[in-house]
Amino acid sequence: MSDICLQLKGSVITTFILELYRYSASDFTQQLKDKIDQAPAFFEHSPVVISLDKFESDSLAIDLTELVSICRQHNLQPMAFKCADARLIPSIKKSGLVHLPLNTSRSAIKEASTPIESADVQTPPVQKLVSENNARSDQRNDPQPHKNKIISRPVRSGQQIYAEGADLIILSQVSEGAEVLADGNIHVYGTLRGRALAGVKGDTSARVFCKRLEAELVSIAGHFILSDSLRDKVWEQSAQVFLDQQALQVEAL
Amino acid sequence: MAEIIVVTSGKGGVGKTTTSAAIGSGLAIRGHRTVIIDFDVGLRNLDLIMGCERRVVYDFVNVLNKEANLNQALIKDKRNDNLFILPASQTRDKDALTQEGVQAILSELAETFDYIICDSPAGIEKGAQMALYYADQAIVVTNPEVSSVRDSDRILGILQSKSLRAETAAEPVKEHLLLTRYNPQRVEEGEMLSIADVEDILAIPLLGVIPESEAVLKASNQGEPVIFDESADAGQAYSDAVARLLGESVALRFVEAGKKGFLKRLLGAN
Repeated sequence: MSDICLQLKGSVITTFILELYRYSASDFTQQLKDKIDQAPAFFEHSPVVISLDKFESDSLAIDLTELVSICRQHNLQPMAFKCADARLIPSIKKSGLVHLPLNTSRSAIKEASTPIESADVQTPPVQKLVSENNARSDQRNDPQPHKNKIISRPVRSGQQIYAEGADLIILSQVSEGAEVLADGNIHVYGTLRGRALAGVKGDTSARVFCKRLEAELVSIAGHFILSDSLRDKVWEQSAQVFLDQQALQVEAL
Repeated sequence: MAEIIVVTSGKGGVGKTTTSAAIGSGLAIRGHRTVIIDFDVGLRNLDLIMGCERRVVYDFVNVLNKEANLNQALIKDKRNDNLFILPASQTRDKDALTQEGVQAILSELAETFDYIICDSPAGIEKGAQMALYYADQAIVVTNPEVSSVRDSDRILGILQSKSLRAETAAEPVKEHLLLTRYNPQRVEEGEMLSIADVEDILAIPLLGVIPESEAVLKASNQGEPVIFDESADAGQAYSDAVARLLGESVALRFVEAGKKGFLKRLLGAN
């Protein structure tokens, strides 16, 4: 048995992204120098990924080898190019650095509290050093707007109200013999005398809240409790009912 | 434009017809042209309470089927010129009522009357739904006991969902609670629900409280609406309810149990 001499691991490396918009050797050298002079120690030997995403494609005849050497002269450690444009790939290969396709760049650092940002605001930059935080998942979908069904009149005996895919909010009372159901939570800002069934599609985190609990039945995701049991716990006062470890809990509010 | 008021309850025997007769008469006494329609097709009672049973020739269903016109079917009250009764048919059932027919009759009555009182049958089926469908206001007659209260709650739900006003999302039917057969003595002894109990459960404004009274039974049997009996507590309580219906502010009477209830009644409360 030989000892394992290597291991492959997934990792996230903190780095700067140098975003390039246009390129000419003199402008680039000057602006990079200005930037680094603001915090020389901070940028010392910093690894840098050069992003060509926003590079203006009309100036394709770019000497990336020269660019890399300018970076090195300023004590940066350029490690890769991030680029989607296939036409730039030969030039990247020539520079000897790594080519990262756009969406595989997982290098991330936290928002650096550096003067970079403020400087950027004042001078429209030719290139911009930006910090990227990939841990902030930009791919996450916008949360769906939360839906509610609001009833402002009393829910009378024999009536049934169902809030599909939503919370049910009742600003009045729920009479004996009435039934209110919701896929989400149920709020009753009056006396709950009827039946309230929350999380009817199985949401075990759904709850029932009411200003005064006198319910015939309360159910959360199919677990129910009847008025006889409720009387022993919380009765004729503000209460919430929720599910904890498969057991219904009734608590005074 | 006439105001259409349904007198309803869900439960039977709580005093709907007595109330229809009393409230309708009270409005007429105050000078409003009023017609009371008996919607209880097949179980005609209003004519008896109003004392006009021997004068019924044509009825509601005859008019609906165009076998008679409204003027032939309307019975003018002998006590008050403003008061008319449209009796129900005793030989038919609720299926004789059609929405279009009821609407036609109501809109014809609305041309000449100030108030149209619809005396609803018990239950929540077609007859009751027809009676309340076109209502602008509803008087929900409730006895102070749990089953009556629950049925009233049910009918309030139907008013909110199956009336024309509900279906067209117009201003909701104005609801009034009328508590009948109220006995303060028995409430005190815990045998009856109190006014507060009923108000708490039904959560609608209180129009009046009619005390349990011998005068009501006597009035029914004599065919004289109890409101005409000015010496009776129930008659006075109905007068108060009519005043409140017309927007007046009148204090509740006959709701406290006197130490000597019998003597108090003899002397006449207030």
